Amino acid sequence: MSLYFLRRLLQLIPTFAFILLVVFVLVRLLPGDPVSAILGVHAKDADVARIKHDLGLDQPIPVQFLFFLKSVAIGDLGTSIQLKLPVVSLIAQRLPVTVMLTVMAALMAVLMAVPLAFIAALRRDGAADSTIRGAFQVGLSMPVFYLGLILLTVFGARLGWFPVGGYGEGFIDHVYHLFLPAFSLALSLAAILMRNLRASIIGVVDAEYVVFARSKGIAPLIILVRHVLRSALISTVALFGLSVGTLLGGAVITETVFAIPGAGRLMIDSIYGRDYPVVQGMTMALAVVVSLTFFLTDMVEAWLDPRVAR
Amino acid sequence: MTEVALQVSNLTTTFGHQGTAVTAVDDISFDVMPGEVLGLVGESGSGKSVTLRSIMRLMPQHSSVTGRVLWQGRDLLAMPEPELRKVRGGEISMIFQEPTTALNPVLPVAVQIEENLRAHTTLSKADRGKRSLELMDLVGISDAKRRLTQYPHQFSGGMRQRVMIAIALASTPKLLLADEPTTALDLTIQDQILKLILDLRDELKMSVVLVTHDLGVVAATCDRMAVMYAGRIVESGPVADVFGQPNHAYTRGLLGSVPRSGTERSPLLSIEGTPPGLMNRPTGCAFNPRCEFATDRCRSENPVLQAMAHGHEAACFHSDRVKAAGWAGS
Ligand code: SF4
Repeated sequence: MSLYFLRRLLQLIPTFAFILLVVFVLVRLLPGDPVSAILGVHAKDADVARIKHDLGLDQPIPVQFLFFLKSVAIGDLGTSIQLKLPVVSLIAQRLPVTVMLTVMAALMAVLMAVPLAFIAALRRDGAADSTIRGAFQVGLSMPVFYLGLILLTVFGARLGWFPVGGYGEGFIDHVYHLFLPAFSLALSLAAILMRNLRASIIGVVDAEYVVFARSKGIAPLIILVRHVLRSALISTVALFGLSVGTLLGGAVITETVFAIPGAGRLMIDSIYGRDYPVVQGMTMALAVVVSLTFFLTDMVEAWLDPRVAR
Repeated sequence: MTEVALQVSNLTTTFGHQGTAVTAVDDISFDVMPGEVLGLVGESGSGKSVTLRSIMRLMPQHSSVTGRVLWQGRDLLAMPEPELRKVRGGEISMIFQEPTTALNPVLPVAVQIEENLRAHTTLSKADRGKRSLELMDLVGISDAKRRLTQYPHQFSGGMRQRVMIAIALASTPKLLLADEPTTALDLTIQDQILKLILDLRDELKMSVVLVTHDLGVVAATCDRMAVMYAGRIVESGPVADVFGQPNHAYTRGLLGSVPRSGTERSPLLSIEGTPPGLMNRPTGCAFNPRCEFATDRCRSENPVLQAMAHGHEAACFHSDRVKAAGWAGS
């Protein structure tokens, strides 16, 4: 296990290198060019040349890449063109908000999916199963922004139970502010996880080793948790890891609907404003978050299934 | 005569819903004596494995089991779940054909042994650890301390079967139900495992019901045998008597298909034709389409078990002709 952990940890190095390369290339593929974004379209040629030189854009591409690597290495991701702030401090300010929103959504999704998957699987084809699956079908087919708006209108504006936007001050207040957005984000993930887990529980409950466990006369709860859930979770954890990217994408939309000052909002504003240093830095930060999540879910998978870690 | 350990009467198991239900085990009855090894023999699909699972109430949803399974005066089929759980693993244990699928792949062996001990004994954690070591020793696994921490995939096939036996016997049950415990193993390992089961039977003074399709295994290990065909017991009796004088045409065919000498064991399928599926049992004696002794009566009436000499029973209208024909080996 610890060997696997190390190996997997080392694998993060090429992953991060690859992320840097892709981000570098992507930003140069974006339409429009940063110089005119800074100076406007009526700039003088001399100014354009000066800015180009300042940004290093007059260098050959490979050299630009080396410069890029160097500045990433010293933690300098440039300065936002629009906000005139260092990109690193923008990330430090905004990313935690998005991460918290995503983590809350993920937690809610798991807390909804696991027990409901159990009920649905064990009452297979019964009334409870149909109800749960039907409800989630609706959850799955509803766009996040629409769901967000409904929740916002009902629980925020009409009933006044939750704030209609913003992020608040302090941890408790953050949780309170992020509750509705996280919930609307969680629902579709919960639906995906629930369906997957339900299917794998059904696959496992009649497995030979569960029958053997029952033949030992151990308590039903131990059988469910230790023998059924643990094995069934393996594929769901993998799916969960893969869904985190989608979840972050959803977070961008949710932040817009709920006016949350997170990375997603910043990202969208920066793309519209051709604020390339921010887009570049944010993409990198989000990619790192996603690959760290993969790493974490791999560890959980290895813990659940020792055969993985051989 | 001693008290019967397990008394199965009129056990019937059906799958599916009423109307479309199929019968896998059809009204069978047998006894198991203390310390005895009973062989339940038949081709695959004859209902022998379903019989074991029905006794332990381990059948999947959508199946129904009727009849009576008396274990020390109590009916296993009628008792409430919590009481049944004390019997399962504590008084009656079961081992399966495929240790690879029957052991939980994601739990270390120690956990799988200890959960049995936890359910049926009052041993402390330390004592459970000690007992686990003892058990590994008992089934012939050396380096027990290290091996207990390992996962099933780290064991060879034969060792895995030993692990399963250790788990099953953890709380010293009085009856072991063994479902083709050696079929998945190669020959030399088969013999070791069978010998282990017999040794443990003596040491723990338990009874064994051994399900197998291998008559060689029956001859080598069992005291009595019951031959199953299409969900019914068609012949039963002391192994020596049945082997010496089969009274049912099917048993005769089975015995005739086993090579007499040498260690080579062949599967049973050299009787012409194949056994009937669950959905299309022939009327009359289920064996009649494959039987060289069959008459019109066999095609319309279903024979019931008749007592012969020495507790030998057979369900065949023409036992006399079967006996007179003898069998290749007698
Ligand atoms: S009853 Fe008839 S068909 Fe059945 S085994 Fe005997 S002789 Fe054959």
